[in-house]
Amino acid sequence: MAPSTSSAITLNINGEKFTLTVDHRTTLLDALRERLDLTGTKKGCDQGQCGACTVLLDGRRAVSCLQLAVAAEGREITTIEGVAEGERLHPVQQAFLDLDGFQCGYCTPGQICSAVAVIQEHAAGWPSAVTDDVRPEAGPPPLTDDEIRERMSGNLCRCGAYVSIVQAVARAAASEEQDKGAAA
Amino acid sequence: MTTATTRTPTAQRAVGTAHTRVEGRDKVTGAARYAGDIPFAELAHGWLVLSSVARGRIRSLETAPVLGMPGVLAVLHHENAPRVDSDHIGLLGVPPEPTSVVFQHDRVPHMGWPVALVVAETSEQAREAAEALVVHYESEPHDVAFSGGHPDVYALDGHMPAVTEKGDLEAELAASAVVVDEEYTTPEEHHSPMEPHAAAARWDGGRLEVVDSNQGSTWVADGLAKLFSLDPESVRVRSEHVGGGFGSKGVRAHQVAAVMAATVLQRPVRVVLTRRQMFALAGYRSPTAQRIRLGADADGRLRALDHRSVNLTSTVHEFVEPSAGVARVMYDADAHHTANRVVRLDVPTPTWMRAPGEAPGSFALEAALDELAEKCGIDPIELRARNEPERGPVSGRPFSSRNLLACFREGARRFGWADRDPRPGLRREGRWLLGTGTAAASFPAGAGPSTAVVTAEADGTFTVRIAAADLGTGARTALTLVAADALEVTTDRVRVRIGDSDFGPAMIAGGSMGTRSWAWAITAAAGELRERLALGAAVPPEGITVRSDTTAAIGALAQKERHSFGAQFAEVAVDVATGEVRVRRMLGVFAAGRIVNPLTARSQFVGGMIWGVSMALHEEAVRDLASGGHVGADLAGYHVATHADVQRIEADWIDDPDPDDPVGIKGIGEIGIVGAAAAIANAVWHATGVRHRSLPIRPDRVLPAGTGALRA
Repeated sequence: MAPSTSSAITLNINGEKFTLTVDHRTTLLDALRERLDLTGTKKGCDQGQCGACTVLLDGRRAVSCLQLAVAAEGREITTIEGVAEGERLHPVQQAFLDLDGFQCGYCTPGQICSAVAVIQEHAAGWPSAVTDDVRPEAGPPPLTDDEIRERMSGNLCRCGAYVSIVQAVARAAASEEQDKGAAA
Repeated sequence: MTTATTRTPTAQRAVGTAHTRVEGRDKVTGAARYAGDIPFAELAHGWLVLSSVARGRIRSLETAPVLGMPGVLAVLHHENAPRVDSDHIGLLGVPPEPTSVVFQHDRVPHMGWPVALVVAETSEQAREAAEALVVHYESEPHDVAFSGGHPDVYALDGHMPAVTEKGDLEAELAASAVVVDEEYTTPEEHHSPMEPHAAAARWDGGRLEVVDSNQGSTWVADGLAKLFSLDPESVRVRSEHVGGGFGSKGVRAHQVAAVMAATVLQRPVRVVLTRRQMFALAGYRSPTAQRIRLGADADGRLRALDHRSVNLTSTVHEFVEPSAGVARVMYDADAHHTANRVVRLDVPTPTWMRAPGEAPGSFALEAALDELAEKCGIDPIELRARNEPERGPVSGRPFSSRNLLACFREGARRFGWADRDPRPGLRREGRWLLGTGTAAASFPAGAGPSTAVVTAEADGTFTVRIAAADLGTGARTALTLVAADALEVTTDRVRVRIGDSDFGPAMIAGGSMGTRSWAWAITAAAGELRERLALGAAVPPEGITVRSDTTAAIGALAQKERHSFGAQFAEVAVDVATGEVRVRRMLGVFAAGRIVNPLTARSQFVGGMIWGVSMALHEEAVRDLASGGHVGADLAGYHVATHADVQRIEADWIDDPDPDDPVGIKGIGEIGIVGAAAAIANAVWHATGVRHRSLPIRPDRVLPAGTGALRA
């Protein structure tokens, strides 16, 4: 008997379970786009170089073109379609919209997913290559424009919307910080 | 039946006020569907196979094993593909791009030529089968080595004459107190839109329907109709959202291959270019080798200007990158010579890429002006002021408006230019040498004939239909504002539908002419509709529709030198230890007609300036002379500016409405990149004392060149 080249899997995407049979070669990106009609996640290079296909896996960013769908079973997958809370845009989405943090919009889902995770990574105290004081006790560095630029550099934007993307990420981070302060 | 009323005109106009993108919510939520995102029942997937030799012919293809692979439906190639008619002129006045006329013969004119399309049930099956297809070639020696001194260089007219000559160049150079004579080179550059080219084709009730990503749906529909000898009415091309184009998205191999496969298989077929394939099939900007000779009196007034440019083209199509054209607009001289020449090599055909001609041409010319300013001991802005022409230097025609010096004045004030010490290599901050530079920018302001359809709906809203394309320019939003003003209603009552060839002929999104051309047509139709409604016309359930066609109006425009202008400023820091150049801040001030939507216009200007940063410091496609193909044909090997490369970049504009345009628009798509690389190169000289005349200004070029300051 020939070895099986496909498997039935269950993917947990945006809080919903999807069961499907996939060719083992199918990337998570192609499973989302071609099989589940979740086309918000974009294919810019299909080789992990542009960031357009960025999704969150268990809350951390990942380029879905370099993930096999069969390996994503059991993970919490968040795509751009799952970032907003119903009709209410996520603060990152709202800031991108208000500050014109995009032009053609093709890299935008990846930029937004990346930015959502950047804000969380920063709040959790993760340093970046431009962080001056990387000692754990130093706490999160100030989220300067340079910090945002460094942390977002895996997401290319050929239209060159970088200036307003950085402003949008800073605004969204500040508003989340404010919300947290108000809740405390 | 209702009666529509229109608002009394007030001072509050939509044009000129910031408006977020009308499709913005769809783009930030992932709801916007691009060409490759639209599902079809029974969709099959096509995967192109490209040649692995740079010149020769296909001897044979081993299709049988591939046809036996799981899911494979067909292998199209030159022996079995439908025949097409390539002997025609497209809507833009040129024959079809030969790379798009796929599978018609066995010749291979360059590495990456499409030799087959494998179609399968899934993209995984198509990809594996395409990679398994064995193609045998008769290989021939190739020449892909570009240089300005290539023996086969010849002069070529593009949309402008190849050569212009006025006055005795050698005599004026000899009589000049100061002479600059230098060569400048720019590398092969690729558009690299984030969305790869994608098209799905299907036959539906006798009509060919193509869902595509392009810069003009009627342009592509017309091209496909002519290639496949179809009645134009029977072809519909839609392109609602486009993930960037920059000149690369016209009729190309993927649409033609998809139509062939859909025709053969009688089911929908989608073909998407891979990122790597885009480097061979999507066009690119040719490298240029430019020689500039400037001769001036001691006070900087030009006596002689000679700008000669050479670019490469393919063996199957002539394309000129008219880099010397910018000198015909910017500066006059008693002797004024310009020439655009090409050399044919065994490479893919280059094409229009953001500011074709002006982008590389302005790098050379504006860097040479900076060298002249240094030699004359004159401030670079003052040098330009002393050489400001009153009429077109070559045409002799008046300028419709030329607000270059106003841009320099405003830019210099905001940038702090007056405090600049002109001497190079003096400012040091730790390991960084600092410098500032400036350059002028210009780009033609044109318009092309378009049609528009505007309907007053029975519910009091208005629908605009026009075959425009929004590549990220904000055109859809800008046209909404223009239509609202023309109809004298608020923007929330206007719905603009674009990207459908069924809406009628329209200008493409290109040449900074899209929004202006479409706005003109919409203004005409909306104006007539408003007049009809003002007469109290009752709106029937199907609405009242008015069509416009601007062909006659645009044809009646007086012949003038019509351009946008701008002034670019850059501050750089150069790391003396690594040779890294950082652009710390840029300011561009533009005189580019009426600005329709300040929010999106600023994005477009800044985006163009970021292209300038990328052009100055990063972008360079490298061709391997042995294989004839690229080294690192991907987004890791071909570096475009990313977040960390971009710091403070500001763009602004001065009031400059075009008096001959109904809305006052000139067009802003390209001018942001023009002059930007020169301003950066001039700043690198100011920082280091060393001129870099070859782009990009890579660390490995900066380091061995050293710095004037360190040598001193």
